Amino acid sequence: MSNLSLITKGIIKENPTFVLMLGMCPTLGTTTSAMNGLGMGLATMVVLVLSNMAISSVASFIPAKVRIPCYIVIIAAFVTIVQFVMQAYVPALYETLGLFIPLIVVNCIVLGRAEAFASKNSVIRSAFDGLGIGLGFACSLTVLGFVRELFGGLSVFGHKLADADGMLAFVLAPGAFIVLGYLMVLFNKAKTKIS
Amino acid sequence: MEYILIIISAVFVNNILLAQFLGVCPFLGVSNKVSTAVGMSGAVCFVMAVATLVTYMVQYYILVPLHIEFMQTITFIVVIASLVQMVEIILKKISPSLYQALGIFLPLITTNCAVLGVAIMVVTKEFTFGGDAHLLNLGQSVVYAIASALGFGLAMTLFAGLREQLELSNVPKAFKGIPIALVTAGILAMAFMGFSGLVK
Repeated sequence: MSNLSLITKGIIKENPTFVLMLGMCPTLGTTTSAMNGLGMGLATMVVLVLSNMAISSVASFIPAKVRIPCYIVIIAAFVTIVQFVMQAYVPALYETLGLFIPLIVVNCIVLGRAEAFASKNSVIRSAFDGLGIGLGFACSLTVLGFVRELFGGLSVFGHKLADADGMLAFVLAPGAFIVLGYLMVLFNKAKTKIS
Repeated sequence: MEYILIIISAVFVNNILLAQFLGVCPFLGVSNKVSTAVGMSGAVCFVMAVATLVTYMVQYYILVPLHIEFMQTITFIVVIASLVQMVEIILKKISPSLYQALGIFLPLITTNCAVLGVAIMVVTKEFTFGGDAHLLNLGQSVVYAIASALGFGLAMTLFAGLREQLELSNVPKAFKGIPIALVTAGILAMAFMGFSGLVK
């Protein structure tokens, strides 16, 4: 598989949210607006690329029995770095995402890619895989955030479309579950139509 | 009084699953049957209480005195991972029957974000139970953790019951499986919104 197709597969064929259904907590918890979804997606992508590269370069030295704790510590180190960078440069986003930034450590996507891909492939290929899956995750979070923001607040990326109140339920907890459910249905329909 | 407020708030008002979205993976993954949902909730309750107790002490007796609070994420996840492993080994030795019941769920709990989420939340978030905003003390933290786990169990069991019924009903093909489960969870979350405002 070429490096380019490693990137594109993460967006459609192996989309972490709609196909693999991994990392549901940040997907539902942070997507109150398109901007928050994008921020969370990009933060996860950075961690994913860095941890994939680090793990694929040290995987051969790590004994198989203790590999999971080792992977988790490597991932936690990168999450801490991302956390500090965000706190320094995008403090507003850091405040809104709050608890969900340290929780990237336990995002099943990151550990899943480490175990399934990075431990068996070269550093370059692992970096591209991380980039592809990360992009797919960021795209789906942005779409989910976009829909919730549009119906919930009648705005797009923070720009108000009309001077009226939206349907608040879309921004609150129930909206997250329901919008994600319906988006999944649309995604499945589109996928069966294409193939 | 404050303990009662903490429990009501964590179980109903700020339900960890349906209002805070922590631990959604096991919520969607192992909620096909009521019996597995109850088993998973039991294991989560146990680990969450012990993990919060230990990480609280790690935070205030190790990280804060040494001024290395930035190591929080790394330390907590290592503590939780080793704790889960230890609980598994002890349980196997002491109570094989309980191990049989909870065994398969224990390894899954390391990557359950609810455990790490609650552990971080009790040492960073300021709560406003009974007046001023303040951080929780050790007793309150453990009660909060147990109550959160009970809320997790409540939502999980309710949802598993609903999903057992859904298996039998005739849903459109595109909705089968996870999509209809998500829509159902949304409606359940809407029901839990009725509790909001009960505790400030």
